[in-house]
Amino acid sequence: MKDISLPHLNYAALAPMLILFGVACVGVLVDAFAPRKARYPIQLVVALVGLIAAFVAVVLRAGKVTAENAITAAGAVSVDKPALFLQGTLIVLGAVALLLIGERALERGGPFVAQAAITVGSDADQRQAARESGATEVFPLTIFSLSGMLLFVAANDLLTMFVALEVFSLPLYLLCALARRRRLISQEAALKYFLLGAYASAFFLFGLALLYGFAGGITFAKINESAQNGTGNITLLYAGLALVSIGLLFKAAAVPFHVWTPDVYQGAPTPVTSLMAACTKVAAFGGLLRVLYAGFDRVHWDYSPIIAAIAVLTMLVGSILAVTQTDIKRLLAYSSIANAGYLLVGVLGNSALGLSSVMFYLVAYGFTVIAAFAVITLVRDADGEATHLSRWAGLGRRSPFYATVFTVILLSFAGIPLTSGFTSKFAVFSAAGGGDQSWLVIVGVVSSMILAFPYLRVVVMMWLSEPGEQTPSVSLPGMLTSAALVIGVVITIFVGVAPQPLLHLTSEAANFIR
Amino acid sequence: MQTLIPLLVAIPLASAAILLLGGRLTDRWGHWLGVLAPMASFVLGLIAFFKLADLPVDARAYSTQLWNFIDSGSLHVGFGLLFDPLSAVFVLLITGVGSLIHLYAVGYMSHDEGRRRFFGYFNLFVAAMLLLVLGNNYVMLYLGWEGVGLASYLLISFWYNRNSAATAGKKAFLMNRVGDAGFAIGIFLMFATLGTTQYTEVFAGVAKLSTGTVLMMGLLLLLGACGKSGQFPLQSWLPDAMEGPTPVSALIHAATMVTAGVYLIARSNPIFSANATLQTVVVSVGALTLLIGCVIGCAKDDIKRVLAWSTVSQIGYMFLGVGLGGGAYALAIIHLLAHGFFKANMFLGAGSVMHGMNDQTDIRRFGGLRKYMPVTWLTFMMGWLAIIGIPPLSGFFTKDPIIEAAFNRPGWTGWLFGGVALLGAGLTAFYMTRLFVLTFHGPKRWTEDIEHPHESPWIMTIPLIFLAIGSVVAGFMMKTSVVTWLTPVLDPTGAEDEVHRITNVTGAILSVAITVVGAGIAYMLFRRGTALVEQPAGPVVTAARNNLYADAFNVAVFEKPGNWLTRGLVFLDYRGVDGLVNSLAAIVGGGSGRLRRLQNGFVRSYALSMLTGALLVVGAFLMVRLG
Amino acid sequence: MSLSPYVPIVGLFALAALFALFSVAIAPFVGPRRYNRAKLDAYECGIEPTPQPIGGGRFPVKFYLTAMLFIVFDIEIIFLYPWAVSFNQLGVFGFIEMILFIGTVFVAYAYVWRRGGLDWD
Repeated sequence: MKDISLPHLNYAALAPMLILFGVACVGVLVDAFAPRKARYPIQLVVALVGLIAAFVAVVLRAGKVTAENAITAAGAVSVDKPALFLQGTLIVLGAVALLLIGERALERGGPFVAQAAITVGSDADQRQAARESGATEVFPLTIFSLSGMLLFVAANDLLTMFVALEVFSLPLYLLCALARRRRLISQEAALKYFLLGAYASAFFLFGLALLYGFAGGITFAKINESAQNGTGNITLLYAGLALVSIGLLFKAAAVPFHVWTPDVYQGAPTPVTSLMAACTKVAAFGGLLRVLYAGFDRVHWDYSPIIAAIAVLTMLVGSILAVTQTDIKRLLAYSSIANAGYLLVGVLGNSALGLSSVMFYLVAYGFTVIAAFAVITLVRDADGEATHLSRWAGLGRRSPFYATVFTVILLSFAGIPLTSGFTSKFAVFSAAGGGDQSWLVIVGVVSSMILAFPYLRVVVMMWLSEPGEQTPSVSLPGMLTSAALVIGVVITIFVGVAPQPLLHLTSEAANFIR
Repeated sequence: MQTLIPLLVAIPLASAAILLLGGRLTDRWGHWLGVLAPMASFVLGLIAFFKLADLPVDARAYSTQLWNFIDSGSLHVGFGLLFDPLSAVFVLLITGVGSLIHLYAVGYMSHDEGRRRFFGYFNLFVAAMLLLVLGNNYVMLYLGWEGVGLASYLLISFWYNRNSAATAGKKAFLMNRVGDAGFAIGIFLMFATLGTTQYTEVFAGVAKLSTGTVLMMGLLLLLGACGKSGQFPLQSWLPDAMEGPTPVSALIHAATMVTAGVYLIARSNPIFSANATLQTVVVSVGALTLLIGCVIGCAKDDIKRVLAWSTVSQIGYMFLGVGLGGGAYALAIIHLLAHGFFKANMFLGAGSVMHGMNDQTDIRRFGGLRKYMPVTWLTFMMGWLAIIGIPPLSGFFTKDPIIEAAFNRPGWTGWLFGGVALLGAGLTAFYMTRLFVLTFHGPKRWTEDIEHPHESPWIMTIPLIFLAIGSVVAGFMMKTSVVTWLTPVLDPTGAEDEVHRITNVTGAILSVAITVVGAGIAYMLFRRGTALVEQPAGPVVTAARNNLYADAFNVAVFEKPGNWLTRGLVFLDYRGVDGLVNSLAAIVGGGSGRLRRLQNGFVRSYALSMLTGALLVVGAFLMVRLG
Repeated sequence: MSLSPYVPIVGLFALAALFALFSVAIAPFVGPRRYNRAKLDAYECGIEPTPQPIGGGRFPVKFYLTAMLFIVFDIEIIFLYPWAVSFNQLGVFGFIEMILFIGTVFVAYAYVWRRGGLDWD
C-alpha cells in the first residue's frame, strides 16, 4: 500500500478559523451544561472573547504572511493578504452584528424566540412569547457561520470552498427562523432561504464536478494552469465556471439570483439580517474575487461581458425595485442588491485596483448597513419593530437624534460626499473606469441616482411629515446596540472624511496567492 | 494678534454652536450668552483696532494663515484672515452695533418661545459677517457671504409658521442666489485669469488683464453686490425681508449685511478703479436705486417697509459713492457707518413702537405717540434728523459729500448724478418726515384694542439711547478721521481729475435747503394726520399723489415684469424641468411596479427564475466559447 | 481491458431479479386461497394496525430527530473505518486528529443529550 504523506499544517495561519470553530463548540457545550440563567452572559462573553482572539490572530498573521508561507493544509487553504484582510473584516463586522444579536434591552428576552419548534400561535407559544428569554444557541450558530465565512474567503480549492459555503450557510438558515415576533414570516423566510440556497449549492457542486473534469484537479492553481496550457475540454471549463459563479452570485444577491433577498431580509430577525447584509456579502464577494482572480484569471476576457451584463441588471433591478418599496427592510434588501451590482462593477476592474476597491467597498458598506439595521431595531411599537415606511413619517420630530443618525446612514447609501458611501462608490467606479468599463460606470451612476430617490424619500418622510398617531417612538437602546450604532456611524463618517488609511490597507492587501 | 483675530470670529461661532446644539438645556441663560458673545468680540475688536493704530501707516495690515482650505492641483486657497483699516471699521460696526441690537433683542424677544434659537442664528450671523470682512481672499469672503445669507434666510423665516415670513425667506434666498451665482462666477474668472483669489495678488495682477476681462469680472462682482445689498435690479427682496423680527431688520437688513455689497466693491477698489465703464455702471445702479427707494418710500404705509425702502435708497447713495471712485470710496464707507447707527436706531425705534402698539405696523394707525413713548420719540427724532441730513447730525457730514462728489464728476453725467442725488435728498426728507410726523405727532388714529401704549423696558431703550448718540455725533467724528484712517486701503490718489463745480459751502447750502423744503412740505401735509386712515386708495394731497403715481409706475415697470418673469420661470421650472423629472420618475416607478410582480413570494417562481437565469448564464458562457 | 470480473456480478443480479419475479408471479397459481379478516388487513409486523386518517395523518417529530441523530453517528463510523484500516500509516497524527473529530461529534451528542433529544417523551 502506498504511503500516506501527512499534510503540513501552519497553525498560525489557520488560527483564526480554529479559534472560532473551537469557540463555537464551547458555545454548544455551554448551552448543554450551563444553567439556564447563566447561559446568556457566558455565551456573550465567550463569543466576543473568541472574536477578539481570532482578530488578534489575524493581525499577528498579517505581519508575517508572504507568498511562500500563505498556502497550507495540503494546498486546501491559502491564507494570503486578501484572505487575511477579508477575515479581519468579517470578524469585526461579525462582532458588531453580534452586539445587535446579543441585545436584550429592547425587548424582554431579546429578539429571538425561546423554542423555535413550538407551533406558532399555540398556547405554549403565547406563554413563551411573553415570558421566556430567547434561545442562546444563536451565539454558537453565529460563530459557526463566521468560521465558515473565514474558511470560505481563504479556500484554495473548490471543494474546500463548497464545504465552507455549507458551513456558513446552514447556521444562517437556522438563524433566520428564530425571530421572536412575526414567527410565521420568519420561518417562511428561513425555508425559502434554505431551499433556494440548497438549489444554488447544487449548481456550485455541479460546476465543481465539471471543472474537475476539465482540469483533473480542483485547486485554483491547477485550474489556472490547465486554462493557460489549453489542455482539457474547454466546454467543461466554461460550463463549470458558469455554474460555480451562479452558486456564488446567489450568495452575493446578484440578479437574477437575487429573488430570495427581499423575503429573507424582511422575514429574518433584524440582527440576523444585518449579519447577512454585511458578512455574507463580504464572504460572497471574497469568494467570487478569489475564484475569478485566482482561478480564472486567464479567461477574464471571456467572462467579463457576462459578469458585466449581470452587474448592469443587478444595479438597475435593485435600484428600480427599491423605488416602490413600502417596507424599510425590503427597501434595504433591494439597496443591498443594487450594492451587489456596484461591487460587481469593481470586480470587473480586474486588477489589483479592482480587488482593493471591492475590499474597500465591502468594509464601508458593511459598517453602514449594520448601523442601518441597528436603527431599525430601535424603531418599534407594542408589536415589535415598525418597519412599514408610513410608520416612519415624522420620526424626525419624535426622535431627532436617531432620525439624524439614520439620515446620515441614508445619505451614505445615497453616496453623498463626506460619507463612506461616496468614497467607496468612487473607488469601485474608478477601478472599473481604469479597467475600460466606462459604460458600466455610467450605468452605475444612473442607478445610484435612481437609488438616491427612495433613500431621500425616507429622509423627507422622517423630517418633513407630521408625526401621526401611528408614528412609533424610538426605544432607548441598550449598551450593545448603542455600541454597534456608534461604531457603524463613526466608521461611515470617518471613511467618508479620511479614506486614506483604509485605502492604504486595501491596496497593501490586494494580491491573491494561489 | 495671532490669536486675537481668529477669536473675533470664533467666539460668536462657538456661542451659536452652544445655543443651537445645546437644546433646551440652554433655554434659561442662552440669550445672555448670545449677548455676551458679540460684546466679547467688540472688546477684542477694540484691542485689535488700537494695536493696529499703533503701527506705522504703511504697515497697517495684519494677515494670518490658519490652514490650507483647498489644496488641489493649482488651486490653493488658504483659510486666511486679514485685519486692515477697512476690516477694522467693519469689525467695530458689526460688533458694536451688533451688541446693542443683541441687548435690545433680549427685551424684544422676551415673550417668544424661540428666543434661544433666535440668538443662536443671530450669533451665527455675527460670526459669518465677521468672517466676510476679515477674509484675506475672495473665497473666504464668499464663505462669509454665504454664511450671512444663510443666517439671514433663517432669521427672515424665523416665524416659519407664518406664511408670509416663509415666503419672504424664500424670496430673499432666491434673489440672493442670482447675485451669489454671479459672484461665484466672478471668483472663477479671477482664478482662471490670475490663478489666485488672494486680495493682494489679485489686485497686483489686475493691471495685466485686458479691459474686457476686468469689465466682466467687475460686472460679475457687482451682480453679487447688488443681490446682497438690494440694489437694482435685485432690490425687491429687501422690503419683504421685514417679515423677520425687528432686531433682525435692524442688524442684518439695515446696518450690516446689506452693506456687504458696498464692502465688496470698496475692497475690490483696484478692480473697479481700473475700468471707467465699470464705474459708470456702478454709479448708475446707485443713482437709479436711490431714486427707486425714495419714490417707493413715499408711498408705503407700513413703518418697517418705509424704513426698508429708505435702506435701499441709502445703500444707493453708498453705491454712488463707491462708483465715483477716488476719494468717494471713503465717503461711501463713512456714510455706511453712519447709516449703521441711525438706521439701526430707527428700526429699533420702530420695534419699540410696535412693541407698545400690539405689533401694529401701519403708520396711519399711529399718531400722538410722543407723550406715551418719550424716549423712543426722542431717539427716533435723532435718527430722523440724521438721515435727512440736518447739520450737525451725522447724515449731513456723510451724505452731502457724496452729493458734492457726484456733482463734481466730469462731463454731463456729473450734473445728472448730482441732480439725482440732490433730488433723492429732498425726497428722503419728505418721506422720513411723513413717517415721523404720522407716528409721533398729530391726532391719535389707533385701532380700538389699544388703550395705553407704553414705553418699552430699559433693556430696549438703553440701546436706543446709545444708537441715538451715535446718530448725532458719528458723522462729525468720522468726517476726517476715518477718511484718513482708510487711506492705506482706499487710495484716493487714483481719482480722475475732478471738476470743481460746487464748493463744500454751496453744496451744503443746496442740500440743506432742499431737505428743509421736503421736510416742510411733509410737515404741512401730515401734521393733522392723514386722510388715508379709512380710505387707503384715495390720496388727497397733490404731491403725495404724484409720488404714488410714480410708485404705481414703479410697480408696473419693475415689479410686475419681475413677477411675470418669476411666474414664467416657475412655470418653466414646473412644466419643463419638473416635468422631465416627474416623467422620469413615473417611468422608473412604473417599471418598478411591474418588476415587483415578479417578486410574488412563491419559492417555486423564485426557483424557476433562478433556473432561467442559470440557463442564460451557462448559455452565454458557452456562446462566448463558441464565438 | 476486459469486463470479465464483472460478469459474475451481473449474473448474480439477473438471477436475483428473475427469482423475485418468478416467486411473485407463480404464487397466485400454485398456492391455496383461504381468506380471513386478518389476512385482508394491512400488514404491520403482526401488530393490530391503528386506524389512520385519510392522507396519512401526523406522527411525532421524534422519528425525524432519531433519524438525524443516527446520521451523525453513521458518518462517524464512515470516518472511523478507513482510519482504522490505515492506522499504522497515519500514526500519532491520525490518532490525535481522530480524537479531535470524535470530540467534535461528542459536542453535538452532549447537546442533544442535555437538551432532551434522547428522551422519547
